[in-house]
Amino acid sequence: MKHDPKFRFMADTTTAILDVRRRFAAPRQLVWDCHTKSELLDRWFAPKPMTTRTASMEFREGGHWHHAMIAEDGTEYWGIVRYDTIDPIDGYTTTDFFSDPSGTPNEDLPASSWVVRFTEDGADATLVHSRITYASPEDLQTVIDMGMEEGMASTFEKLDETLASLAS
Amino acid sequence: MENNSPRLDPVFQALADPTRRAVIGRLGQGPATVSELAEPFSMGLPAFLKHITVLEDAGLIGTRKVGRVRTCTLREDRLAAAEDWFQEQRDLWATRYDQLDDLIETLKDTDDET
Repeated sequence: MKHDPKFRFMADTTTAILDVRRRFAAPRQLVWDCHTKSELLDRWFAPKPMTTRTASMEFREGGHWHHAMIAEDGTEYWGIVRYDTIDPIDGYTTTDFFSDPSGTPNEDLPASSWVVRFTEDGADATLVHSRITYASPEDLQTVIDMGMEEGMASTFEKLDETLASLAS
Repeated sequence: MENNSPRLDPVFQALADPTRRAVIGRLGQGPATVSELAEPFSMGLPAFLKHITVLEDAGLIGTRKVGRVRTCTLREDRLAAAEDWFQEQRDLWATRYDQLDDLIETLKDTDDET
């Protein structure tokens, strides 16, 4: 991957913290809107080829964003974000849960705490700094295991397809 | 959730120490005996062996004893699993934010027209 000075991603494995910083060539209000309005979040939040769909959103302290990231094969990954504090347009803090399609948080899976800050960088640029913390290295571990199982599952699916095409 | 995957948190603990990271770096070049690995460090063998035990318990290295010589080998699969996850997360955020760049440009254009 080419070095991108406007993007920094750090993961501290011992403290279970992800730290992401990114610079955007836009005024703070616009970048804030993109993070806090569901019709805008739906247009960028899930990385391609996935898409985002909002089930419901109440952007207020104690409110929530219930959404799915949808894979190409139609698989839906549901999550619910609880807005803990909101400080327009400086930042907000949230607690992020895995959920089901009805919006019930999955208490068996690790939640993460997010601190998101928006700062001006010159006249027309904005820095977004997200700090994502899991309760313990064990919690982060569980999330990694899920990712591994996911990766293994898709690897096996590809193998199945290959075997099927060889057999036919 | 049933958790059948090998546990990785000992991997993080193991990699938190500079001596152990150096040992991993050395084993990346190929297997080595404990005395070869200990040589660059100014610590007693018992202290060094504790580091080897941590790495072995984390599943990052395998050791085999033949006679009086213990040889260590890097288990690259364990290391790769943790690295893969962080690389995936990094890619996810990079892609996500590139999309936000595109959206911002679209919104700015719309703004200019009105």
